[in-house]
Amino acid sequence: MSCEVVVKLFATFREGRGKQVVLPLVPGTTTPSDLVRAIGLLEVDVAILLVNGRDGKWDQRLEIGDYLSIFPPVGGG
Amino acid sequence: MTMDAQTARYEKNCILTPLEQGRFRAATVAVVGLGGLGGYVAEQLVRLGIGHLVLIDGDVFQASNLNRQLFCEEAMLGIKKTEGARKRLLAIDGNVRLSVFSEYLNVQNGKEILGASMVVVDATDNNHARSVLLALCNEIGVPMIYGAIGGWFGQVCTAFPGDNTVAMLLRGAADRGVEVSLGNPAFTPALIASLQVAEVVKVLTGKGQLLRGGFLYCDLLTLDFEFIHIEKD
Repeated sequence: MSCEVVVKLFATFREGRGKQVVLPLVPGTTTPSDLVRAIGLLEVDVAILLVNGRDGKWDQRLEIGDYLSIFPPVGGG
Repeated sequence: MTMDAQTARYEKNCILTPLEQGRFRAATVAVVGLGGLGGYVAEQLVRLGIGHLVLIDGDVFQASNLNRQLFCEEAMLGIKKTEGARKRLLAIDGNVRLSVFSEYLNVQNGKEILGASMVVVDATDNNHARSVLLALCNEIGVPMIYGAIGGWFGQVCTAFPGDNTVAMLLRGAADRGVEVSLGNPAFTPALIASLQVAEVVKVLTGKGQLLRGGFLYCDLLTLDFEFIHIEKD
């Protein structure tokens, strides 16, 4: 299994990036925080962070097979 | 209106049994915010036959509302949104009962204003207001139908008291989102409001499947409609 991680992108995060990006993963070391910075975003830009569809933490260590989903805030009504 | 017309009013509401239609007449639903989402929500609730609406908004109409807000007309600029709602909704059904509050909801007034509601529809325009509303709904024990829009995008979720989904959606979210740069076009509030109203109907009737345990993500730009299941560890 290759050491890569899928980051699923939603709403405005898709602009210029597509629906997902695949990034290198160092198992047990890479965190969601590293990945978000690698695609040119800041943690504060992200409203919802999911790791494998569950509530994620910015500093959690990712393993092979994990995937991220990130959403920007939507607030209008 | 003639008796025949009154009888015919709901004949296309065949998704409801006559008993359910009668219960709708006795139901109270709150709409918090009467802008893009709230206008469409309130209109659809009246046309569905909900007998009592609690309408809350402290704002007045301005020209930038004309692109999307159903109750906003040129002659309404500067007029309270609650007044625009009252005029339009009574024109649709002169017998609907409207409890109108031309103020913003907060922890002081919220319980009294929402207390009689069986369902609360979130049509607010910022995430701070949504957090206040969610806390109020949890406290008084009523389901809240969350809806948020920005540009081509929208989100919907139904939260019963104790559900943590909307709290999770709001926890990391800035007060304002993608709508700051993308605005709100006419079609996104109409879509998300319709989804919210369908949730109200299902909550009131017990029919079908509700948007719980996650949220519906709607992307009209890349045509992606996805139920995002979210779980808290």
